[in-house]
Amino acid sequence: MTVLRGALLAVGLVLLAALPAGCGGDDEGQTEVVLVTHDSFAISDDVKRAFETESGLTLRILGSGDASEMLTKALLTAGNPQGDVLFGVDNNLLSRALEGDLFEEYEPPGLDTVDEQYVLDPEHRATPIDHGEVCLNVDKAWFAEHGIAPPSSLDDLTRPEYEGLLVVENPATSTPGLAFLLATVAHFGEGWRDYWRALRENGVLVVDGWEEAYTARFSGAAGSRGTRPIVVSYASSPPAEVYYRSPPPEEAPTAVVESSCFRQVELAGILRGARNEDGARKLIDFMLSRRFQEDIPLSMFVFPVNSEAALPPVFERFAVVPESPLELPSDEIEANRADWIDEWTRIVLR
Amino acid sequence: MDADRAPLSGRGFRAVSYGVPLAFLGLFFVYPLAAILERGLRSGGGLASPVDVLTDPLTREVVWFTVWQAVASTALTLAVALPAAYVLGRYAFPGRGLVRALVVVPFVLPTVVVALAFLAILPDGIERGWASILVAHAFFNVAVVVRVVGTFWAGLDPRVSEAAATLGAGPWRRLREVTLPLLAPSLAAAAAVVFLFSFTSFGIVLILGGPGYATIEAEIYNQAVRIFDLRAAAVLSLVQLACVAVTVWVTLRVEARLSVAGHLRSEAEVLRRPGTARERAVVVASLGGLALFLGLPLAVLVERSLAVGDGYSLEAYRALGRPTSALLATPWEAVLNSVIYAAAAAAIAVVVGGLAAFAVAAPRGSRLLDGLLMLPLGASAVMLGFGFVIAFDEPPLDFRASRWIVPVVQALVALPFVVRIVAPTLRAIDERQREAAALLGASPGRVLREIDLPIVGRALAVGAGFAFAISLGEFGATVFLARPDNPTLPVAIFRFLGRPGELNAGQAYALAVVLMAVTALSVFLVERVRGPRRGWI
Repeated sequence: MTVLRGALLAVGLVLLAALPAGCGGDDEGQTEVVLVTHDSFAISDDVKRAFETESGLTLRILGSGDASEMLTKALLTAGNPQGDVLFGVDNNLLSRALEGDLFEEYEPPGLDTVDEQYVLDPEHRATPIDHGEVCLNVDKAWFAEHGIAPPSSLDDLTRPEYEGLLVVENPATSTPGLAFLLATVAHFGEGWRDYWRALRENGVLVVDGWEEAYTARFSGAAGSRGTRPIVVSYASSPPAEVYYRSPPPEEAPTAVVESSCFRQVELAGILRGARNEDGARKLIDFMLSRRFQEDIPLSMFVFPVNSEAALPPVFERFAVVPESPLELPSDEIEANRADWIDEWTRIVLR
Repeated sequence: MDADRAPLSGRGFRAVSYGVPLAFLGLFFVYPLAAILERGLRSGGGLASPVDVLTDPLTREVVWFTVWQAVASTALTLAVALPAAYVLGRYAFPGRGLVRALVVVPFVLPTVVVALAFLAILPDGIERGWASILVAHAFFNVAVVVRVVGTFWAGLDPRVSEAAATLGAGPWRRLREVTLPLLAPSLAAAAAVVFLFSFTSFGIVLILGGPGYATIEAEIYNQAVRIFDLRAAAVLSLVQLACVAVTVWVTLRVEARLSVAGHLRSEAEVLRRPGTARERAVVVASLGGLALFLGLPLAVLVERSLAVGDGYSLEAYRALGRPTSALLATPWEAVLNSVIYAAAAAAIAVVVGGLAAFAVAAPRGSRLLDGLLMLPLGASAVMLGFGFVIAFDEPPLDFRASRWIVPVVQALVALPFVVRIVAPTLRAIDERQREAAALLGASPGRVLREIDLPIVGRALAVGAGFAFAISLGEFGATVFLARPDNPTLPVAIFRFLGRPGELNAGQAYALAVVLMAVTALSVFLVERVRGPRRGWI
């Protein structure tokens, strides 16, 4: 008796819960704009409210998983998208997104504040929003203690004094890991294979993802019991080490090897089939505005592309914006990514 | 409503006990999975031949590794957990309920967190490899064996074994010829679940195995997300599903052959205090060993949550109340979300799973339904997540942005547990009790209410607690479907762990400790809820 009634109740509840979601979508098209993104996306509350007040739209943020998972979902739903704007495709994934015909063209007026080098799609299907370089990070205290100079280039890493000091992420499973492999391809050209053979000889440690590499293997992260003083991380990691430590230290405990940095630009685009295209344009305009751009460093720990946006003090003092980071054309990455990862796996892991 | 005035017809109940679980499974599992598999296999017009993926030596390597590590993990888990299951199934002692609740804690922790804890404990040099994988799998799955087998054990009539002793059987002979055969159904059930969890393990294998180790699930993820070869991912998913189907089939056969109808007793009748010094030593040794095995990694997490610079403080816990850029909510809201989702998921799982258990355990009950309900445990969470995205994209079935999809998916994973916990208990009810009641004029509804439910109330409570815990810890599918403004605890932990800086790491570990506490407390409380007055608690 109880069981039967409970069952009917549960089924009813599930249906009830499902119905509003099923019917609501179209009506809400005019009053809300939906941003589909990955789980590193962040926005301050007041900045989000500022957009909502200015535009009269509710901003709904959807989706999770990393950038690849987000893109996979977007490609599966191309033409009938989950939202209006997709944010978080980077230069590694851009070609795949464009080949999948995900975006509508839109050239926002705010682009005139953005340096040419970040505008990766001349047809303006995707708009650059931020950049964050993947770089080698070194533990300054470790090198001072051992009386060794920290490495200053990719080439240094194969030298005997740096034997057993480097930890990298597996490019097959990790975004920064892939960026670092691409950095070596961009720097050494065909010679990248020999370089990785030499790194293997020199005791490079390969781990699954950034979390393990940085928080468990790298000696320079706060609270880490790691033993390796060189890691693949981001240009913004040193200011984060300062910002999230209390009391904040006078000097960043880690430093970036500038010549090792590989450029990552994150872009946003209006999804083809968006319910609220007008709202989508407003959102992209807002994402290029100073308000949003100045919020980027401390919420997502990457850099704004708007040249008028001011950096917060902790970034001014402790962050390095690499002058001329390594880069590769997006279509070249798309054409070779799988083969490079396969070859890398054979050279380094087998 | 009174059963006598509105008798529940046996046939009507039977239809509901089949219909509801089948509809649930069909809508939320078969349909989305079929949609994504169809999309993957239908590349370029016709159905593509899967032969190249199947004959790839890499595929064979991955399948072989997946199978053997799952078998070994299951064996290790049984070895570690059975002494504690025995103690919990035979002895009453202070804090028994607490032990039963605490043992669930490892089960809900996010794999990344546990993997990092293991990296901290295991000595350098041997911290990665297959041995670490097996140990971590045992750490996660001890709860399954201790609780499924322990609960069943506590219902076994000790007099059978005592009678054997009177007839001169030694302890080993009694174990082999009396206790093990009686326990066999629950052993098979627990082993099957542990096997399936290890079989589809993903994060643990990648981190603790090190590069070069991959399960089928990891390779599916790799193909679908990194290489975007949906066809290869679909073929591998089918291979995985086939392995799972074989496992489930074997389990059901074993269970069917071994199931012995015995008299289930209430724990109050079965459990007794450890009397002799030897018995006390057995209790202390079993639980102490388990406490050490489970406690060490957990202690590392607590220590990490308190570490600030060279000292310790509660700073990370204090920060949990503040808004953070890592989440679109305060961390405490994630705790609340998790509890709400878990309560909803447990309710769905208990109702749907409870009904299914009746269908499964009925005389001539459906083994097929039992097997079908276990499939989600071994299916690829990645593919199911993608399946939801493409299957529920048109009104009236546009659930993609609905919050309720999260507890529904979590209930899908919890369902087989509820069935596995409840069905053996129902099966063990002596059919003669039901027949006697029916002979005396009780309607089927009244038999259900007066015979089955009181006995099964305890098992339902255990199932609810487990479903709650599974939902608290579920990550694989939740991370695909949870909205960023409504993160769950594991999702929040993952976000913090993905950012550099001491406070972020501190908050990740602090939330892991909160997750541990919420789990232990809720399981403890759920099991305090007394079933129908009858003393079957």
